[in-house]
Amino acid sequence: MKIQRLGQLASVALVGSLALAACGSDNNNASGGGASSGSGGSSSSSGAGGSGAAECGSGTLNAEGSSAQKNAIEEAISTFQDECSGATVNYNPTGSGAGIKQFIAGQVDFAGSDSALKTVEKDGVVEADAAAKYCGSPAWNLPMVTGPIAIAFNVKGVDRLVLTPQVAAGIFSGKVTTWNDPSIAKINSGVSLPAEPIKVFFRSDESGTTENFTKYLKAAAPSAWTAEPGKKWTGKGEGKPKSDGVAGAVKSTEGGITYAEWSYAKDNSLGIAQIDNGAGPVELTGEAVGKAVSAAKADGQGHDLRLKLDYATKEAGAYPILLVTYEIVCSKSKDAGKAALTKAFLKHFASAETQKSLEDIGYAPLPDEVRTKVDAAIAALS
Amino acid sequence: MATVTGVSVADEVPGPPERSPLSADGAGTRRLGDRLFGGAAQGAGILVIALVTLVGLFLLWQAVPALARNEAGFLTSREWTVSGDHPRFGIVELLWTTVVSSLIAMAIAVPVGVAVALFITQYAPRWLAKPAANLVDLLAAVPSIIYGLWGLRTFGPKYEPVQTFLQDKLGAFPLLSKTSVSGSGTVMFIGIVLAIMVLPIVTALSREVFAQTPVAHKEGALALGATRWEMIRTAVLPFGRPGVISASMLALGRALGETIAVTIIVSTLADQTVWSWSLFNGGETFASRIANNAQEFDSPQKAGAFIAAGLVLFILTFIVNAVARIVIERRKAFSE
Repeated sequence: MKIQRLGQLASVALVGSLALAACGSDNNNASGGGASSGSGGSSSSSGAGGSGAAECGSGTLNAEGSSAQKNAIEEAISTFQDECSGATVNYNPTGSGAGIKQFIAGQVDFAGSDSALKTVEKDGVVEADAAAKYCGSPAWNLPMVTGPIAIAFNVKGVDRLVLTPQVAAGIFSGKVTTWNDPSIAKINSGVSLPAEPIKVFFRSDESGTTENFTKYLKAAAPSAWTAEPGKKWTGKGEGKPKSDGVAGAVKSTEGGITYAEWSYAKDNSLGIAQIDNGAGPVELTGEAVGKAVSAAKADGQGHDLRLKLDYATKEAGAYPILLVTYEIVCSKSKDAGKAALTKAFLKHFASAETQKSLEDIGYAPLPDEVRTKVDAAIAALS
Repeated sequence: MATVTGVSVADEVPGPPERSPLSADGAGTRRLGDRLFGGAAQGAGILVIALVTLVGLFLLWQAVPALARNEAGFLTSREWTVSGDHPRFGIVELLWTTVVSSLIAMAIAVPVGVAVALFITQYAPRWLAKPAANLVDLLAAVPSIIYGLWGLRTFGPKYEPVQTFLQDKLGAFPLLSKTSVSGSGTVMFIGIVLAIMVLPIVTALSREVFAQTPVAHKEGALALGATRWEMIRTAVLPFGRPGVISASMLALGRALGETIAVTIIVSTLADQTVWSWSLFNGGETFASRIANNAQEFDSPQKAGAFIAAGLVLFILTFIVNAVARIVIERRKAFSE
């Protein structure tokens, strides 16, 4: 029995290593072939004056980081690889912190992160400096995917709910505890709210979604939300792991409320609150999110496109609770082949067509003003 | 030690206090196969010891810097702020949730597991015993994520009415009082799910030892006029006790360290939630807190704090196993 098991193990290991070896050689072939065809393409394009195929690049890109943009980047990768057969892009959604760490350590070609590289020291490291040191040139933050955060609820008989930042902060900090609280009733006239307790669910894992949501509460309702924003939840309630954990918990708990990426609220057919920042209730739509992104101020220099979101924006029709995920790249790559491929992929990712397709899977497309800037930055990558 | 007849491995390896018959005649050989096998076995033993020591050292190495900067009592604090210049973290809540959920699991799994093992070895007809044993073993092959999802989606809703009933009727008792945690994300519930997960371990090992009860013991008991239950009580159970104990400890080790099922099911508590002794409260075990935060270990200090928690779990498991060893050693005298 034991011996047989050993044998099985050995055979599994053998098959596995063979398979891996096969993969490896496959890739090599593909990249070799791709490289030659790529150079052929570029020479022909210089003759013909620029064709689409030349922008493909070839080889393998490895990226790692934010799980918030996982579905978006996977969608972009799949369409990119359909167009460019010689290129492979791998994205490992291990979290923003891990992605930046790997990028600085030179393990990945670009990182996805739901906050721009920090320019102040945290735990002994200034991320922006460390990244610049690895790159030998400044690292740029390119906003690529905007993910709105929905306040999702499950209250019997209520499908339309308006929340102001004050009331939302009250609910999530445990000061407002029943659904028929006067503060909620006041902004929801005509809705019959039950006398049920409010069950708040939060992300038990550290998460960029929590960070952005608490940033919003802090910015838009500083008097009601006093805790410092961070990846770790500082309000009240009970924690569930990951977005599907909180969304699932709200779905199965009457009186539940949580914050989650738009797609999770949609997929679980939860109610999504309209947000009233002071200019009337705004429903969560791709367009409303785009308005808020356009209202964001640029915070970086030149092509470093870090955005400063104005969570407290009073612009009419702008949905203010969102996170922007960035792709973090070296402005001058050490490896010319990788640079071309990175450029090609990001260009594809930022294209109007790809951005539009993201709306179906719960993200909002970048507004055109921002997209043009991102395009220009990508063109300046080398 | 090299004599004309050579040295056997049995000469080198320290055996039980009384020398085994093999070493007395020193009749081992210098043959290659002997030496190879002996060396390999010895190497494997040393490797395991080295691995455990290295894991322990690694945990200690990583944890000490973070512990040195900790500004709260590591063993007594309920806080958990691990980044920044003034980290304050303690494990008392983790310890409570881990130990209590595992104890609930043991309280359910050990009696049920022993009963199942007794049924299979002593009561069940032959045609039923084998398939029943296989079925229980099959439970052990179910991955823990499946237990987690099953607990969350299928078993949880069925369990909720029981919990509500207990809270309504016995809520005055602090261990069963009402808390802010809704539904099945409670310590009690993960205890029950863990019990189901460790049941096959208890059953399989107990079954093996019960089946080895000397027939003479059993027949002797029956011949003295014992009923079947009396026979089990006087012959089978005392003989199997060390086995049951080691099975329980193995199961306890699994329950203490179970990660993914617990992470999925249990509701974590927000900071500064009022402390409650209730089993219907939420919480996090050592393993689930590490799993929840492993993706954001972006500084050595932060990672160190979590690894310090892991170190406590390591030591806890170590103590549990050591206690089990002692208990088994002391019981051996009566059973052999």
